[in-house]
Amino acid sequence: MTNNIRIIPRLDIKGPNLVKGIHLEGLRVLGKPEEFARYYYENGADELVYMDVVASLYERNSLHDIITKTAREIFIPLTVGGGLRTLDDITQVLRAGADKVSLNTAAIRNPEIITQASQKFGSSTIVIAIEAIKQNDGGYLAYTDNAREHTGLDVFEWAQRVEELGAGEIMITSVDQEGTGEGFDLELTQKIANLVSIPVIAHGGAGKREDVAKIATEGNVNAVALASILHYDYIKYLIEHPKNEQEGNTEFLKSGKAFTKIQSSSLPDIKKHLLDHHINCRPISHEITHR
Amino acid sequence: MKLPTDNTHSSPDVVIIDYNLNNLFSVKHACQHVGINARISADKNDIAKADALILPGVGAFGNAMQNLEKLDLIAPIIDSIQAQKPFLGICLGLQLLFEESDEFGHYKGLGVIPGQVQRFPGQTDTQQSLKVPFIGWNEVHTTSGKNWNNTPMMNTQDGEYMYFVHSNFVKPTAPEDILCVTKYKDFEYCSGIVKNNIFAVQFHPEKSAQKGLEIYQNWGKSIQVQVS
Repeated sequence: MTNNIRIIPRLDIKGPNLVKGIHLEGLRVLGKPEEFARYYYENGADELVYMDVVASLYERNSLHDIITKTAREIFIPLTVGGGLRTLDDITQVLRAGADKVSLNTAAIRNPEIITQASQKFGSSTIVIAIEAIKQNDGGYLAYTDNAREHTGLDVFEWAQRVEELGAGEIMITSVDQEGTGEGFDLELTQKIANLVSIPVIAHGGAGKREDVAKIATEGNVNAVALASILHYDYIKYLIEHPKNEQEGNTEFLKSGKAFTKIQSSSLPDIKKHLLDHHINCRPISHEITHR
Repeated sequence: MKLPTDNTHSSPDVVIIDYNLNNLFSVKHACQHVGINARISADKNDIAKADALILPGVGAFGNAMQNLEKLDLIAPIIDSIQAQKPFLGICLGLQLLFEESDEFGHYKGLGVIPGQVQRFPGQTDTQQSLKVPFIGWNEVHTTSGKNWNNTPMMNTQDGEYMYFVHSNFVKPTAPEDILCVTKYKDFEYCSGIVKNNIFAVQFHPEKSAQKGLEIYQNWGKSIQVQVS
């Protein structure tokens, strides 16, 4: 029996905008993150991830206002990442209303911060994000700064190390698959999930709900982070249900530039698909419906 | 006739206990959302005077007890509970009520509920491996002879999903203290207790969407009655 798989919308944020790229690059503006977050909350998201995707460049996280606004009206766990370097940075983001933080660059530069942060805030507050790129020899190396910086670290050794250092969860991103809609990297994800005894979140590549079902069962993961598949679904919804004030970048979808490999799907559709295939997840409660 | 619109004076003084180990903000936001007028404080006098207490918490049991001791909060918390003032414990705030824990050494708890705190085994009796910490949504169930009427879970359905984050679980000595149970794979443990004025749960109602907020709302209503 599988455990209850968590479905986590991941919102990559640049300044005031929700963005989405491919291989973590080539970012397009999709709309206001708060709007998407609220929609996902109302439609049965199990958690949310906010990633400040340009923070590493500026060495700071700029999401405090968005976090505070979200924390006042959204009552599911919120993980925040991007540009967090010190214990003080983590404290500030938690005080703004985040429940967990995600660290990548800071952890690789200074692994001790994992231990210090997990002792100070509790290990379940510390998520380590690993950005993996497959090498020509079949191995996987970890990268930082949205896969721009090479670290030379073997992904599997690094995953075991972060567990030893006190991380509470690992979010593993396949940079090769990210944004493509071609499915998760099963080999990478499964190997990490079987190596560590802490929960693993799969990220990067989901193009249809069947991909989610596959990684949940064969990948042995505890959670799945989804972006394009959900974001495109909400934008489609906005096109079909126009409001006076349009938040999403519907022009982008109308123009047909959306990546064609993504078969967008809503949270209720994805969860129904999982439950139909006997994969446990928190069902969508009856009161929650599309607006 | 004019109805009073400002009820801040008549509403109970609820204190969320700050002992440097917890995400108090999500608890405060949930209280605000359902109309509980709660303030965050680490001051022993505030805690002694409060009409009702909320003890949240994420992290290690030993650290938590050390922090409570440093802040001189152990006696006022126990006094408040013994004076039958309403008490809401969440996650570590449930575990701290117990007598002792073996997490990273041996620590004494507040000792107001008989029983122990233990770490999840790596494997269940049927050899299913358990990832620890447990992070995620899981079902809460009634247990023999308990119903949830007259508790903050009166609107909660048997089998409702709540959000959990924990590595340790509580083992009450007296079965009658157990309000609800949860199964991690096939490992069943106590996920909530109720005893007189004490209501405490392992899950995070403030992170369990609408169904969790209803629990706060019901607790808020019950303290209005209890303190008025």
